Amino acid sequence: MSRLTGVFAQLKEQRKKALIPYVVAGDPSPSGTVELLHQLVAAGADVLEVGVPFSDPMSEGLVIQLGHERALANGMTLRGVLEIITDFRRDNTHTPVIMMGYANPIERFGYDAFADASSVAGVDGLITVDLPPEEVGRLDHALIQVGIDNIFLISPTTENERIETIVARARGFIYYVAVKGVTGSGQLDVNEVAQRVGVIRGMTDLPVAVGFGIKDADSASHVAQVADAVVVGSALIDEMVRKSRADANLEEIQIHEAAVQLLKRIRSGVDSSPS
Amino acid sequence: MTVEVTPELFASVPDANGRFGQFGGKFVAETLMTALTELEALYASLKSDASFTGEFDRDLAHYVGRPSPLYEASRLSDQIGGARIMLKREDLNHTGAHKVNNTIGQALLAKYMGKRRVIAETGAGQHGVATATVAARLGLECHVFMGEEDIRRQSLNVYRMKLLGADVVPVTSGSRTLKDAMNEAMRDWVTNVDSTFYIIGTVAGPHPYPMLVRDFQSVIGREARTQSLSQTGKLPDALVACVGGGSNAIGLFHPFLQDLGVEMYGVEAGGKGLSTGQHAAPLSVGSPGVLHGNRTYLMQDDDGQILETHSVSAGLDYPGVGPEHAWLKDIGRVRYVTADDQETLAAFHRLTRIEGIMPALETAHALAYAEKLASEMSPDQHIIVNLSGRGDKDILTVAALEGIEV
Repeated sequence: MSRLTGVFAQLKEQRKKALIPYVVAGDPSPSGTVELLHQLVAAGADVLEVGVPFSDPMSEGLVIQLGHERALANGMTLRGVLEIITDFRRDNTHTPVIMMGYANPIERFGYDAFADASSVAGVDGLITVDLPPEEVGRLDHALIQVGIDNIFLISPTTENERIETIVARARGFIYYVAVKGVTGSGQLDVNEVAQRVGVIRGMTDLPVAVGFGIKDADSASHVAQVADAVVVGSALIDEMVRKSRADANLEEIQIHEAAVQLLKRIRSGVDSSPS
Repeated sequence: MTVEVTPELFASVPDANGRFGQFGGKFVAETLMTALTELEALYASLKSDASFTGEFDRDLAHYVGRPSPLYEASRLSDQIGGARIMLKREDLNHTGAHKVNNTIGQALLAKYMGKRRVIAETGAGQHGVATATVAARLGLECHVFMGEEDIRRQSLNVYRMKLLGADVVPVTSGSRTLKDAMNEAMRDWVTNVDSTFYIIGTVAGPHPYPMLVRDFQSVIGREARTQSLSQTGKLPDALVACVGGGSNAIGLFHPFLQDLGVEMYGVEAGGKGLSTGQHAAPLSVGSPGVLHGNRTYLMQDDDGQILETHSVSAGLDYPGVGPEHAWLKDIGRVRYVTADDQETLAAFHRLTRIEGIMPALETAHALAYAEKLASEMSPDQHIIVNLSGRGDKDILTVAALEGIEV
């Protein structure tokens, strides 16, 4: 059983929902990301989503865009992200790690070489925003060879027939994008999310995670009622940015603390949700 | 590449997946896939529909002012020597460039889809102006995304768009030029996909855009082909056009692709010189990758990050290029070359002084290369240069470069 499948099975047994925080590798600093990941696990993360910075992150809202820009200015690369995950795995072999990014750095790396290097680093899943099912074939094949799950996205505009073909190829879990828009934007319509997640559940037994638009304990609690996992990204990064702006003399670990506190509140929101 | 270049090959692209060989495709977020599929289906049903094509042709004739003339630049040809240089006068179109051919077509598609809000990205502002123009005419809400750097160097076009009723949205991310404007337009589209038609200005983006923009712009080459036959009694020996995203070039080239005797040259922005890294020449020195919805040649670093570009002309300041050009390069049908900023400015002045035609700086890249090419050819040959736009918008840029206060 893969790490991802194992974690979801265990949570189901405990009648708990998974919490998946997203941070950008190399933001606020390349040397601090491994520690940040450990802190997030301690604060209640079940799965980690690590953003791979890209010069043109077309699906990101401003908060995460600026995170990508800071990470790139700090010299972060796709190889650097894999080194971070390798480091993280020295002290944590149980928490699944998903990478999330864009196609071009992976194209440049080479699909087979990337799949091999990711497997060695201890990566469990991959989300590539601009590789929809029509374009992900060759990469998906390389990932299957090394046992990494390609995580497919389903959005509010995905029609039922298309959902059926997507879930047939999906592994690990399904990622439902809760709003039409970029990361961190929009007002979440919980009823619509519930309805769409219901449709997806009718077609697959895979766990369904919901992301985009979850900002706090309250919205997380609502989403956790209908989903198997809650993804939160922009809100965490925004907290860290505010804290570092408020006091320029903080140690990085104190900046991380802002994200940690928010994640703990979201954890309690998720856990308070009647399932 | 082992593809055999036959006349039939060119009618076979893009394939059903939007591929030109290994290039093209639909590399976008899931949220946009349904919109692209709808657009594809609509276009497939309309492109041979007589009422749609009739309306498009009428608009081109009576609103744009087509056909545009094919003009023999006699004094320029005499001065350069060698082949005769003929100019396809897209600068005489309404709004002053080839861009309007495409915006007329896409606005018609928006109308058929019932979308009342249009968005566009723009570099030099020509596509923004052409979009704002058709939006004004059809009473559509229009938002144009433009990099802050381009807003600064193309202030006249910014004001033109505002006069036409468009909202010009400054883009402050990344390099603050065309590529970032396109990122921001994509972000808007993904957010407002139900109400909004994205009028892409060049033959890039996800399928079906490279195909439909090509089809709308191909009126340039169809006219030029007929005009060449009637005015010179033969097809041209060579075609020359500037290439940023590549819409004016593909528009001129496409109807001639099957005429294997016609040589074609796409001229990229050499900027301060290819050796300086400060240029916008992905076909000349870039490598294949994925950006803005398609696989194509890109300017990128070893980690796959997109590099910033430089060109004296905002319209060519783009690190990618349309996927059909990437394919035409690989199969060897079109040669891609460069003209640098200096050569371009010299060509700008030469055409202005000798022919009384002030070309856009983008267009002047094509002229600079065509002059070199002509001088190596014989007087019984002729070259068609796509005079893709007029240079009024660039007057302040040229003046500033020469230290003149206007």
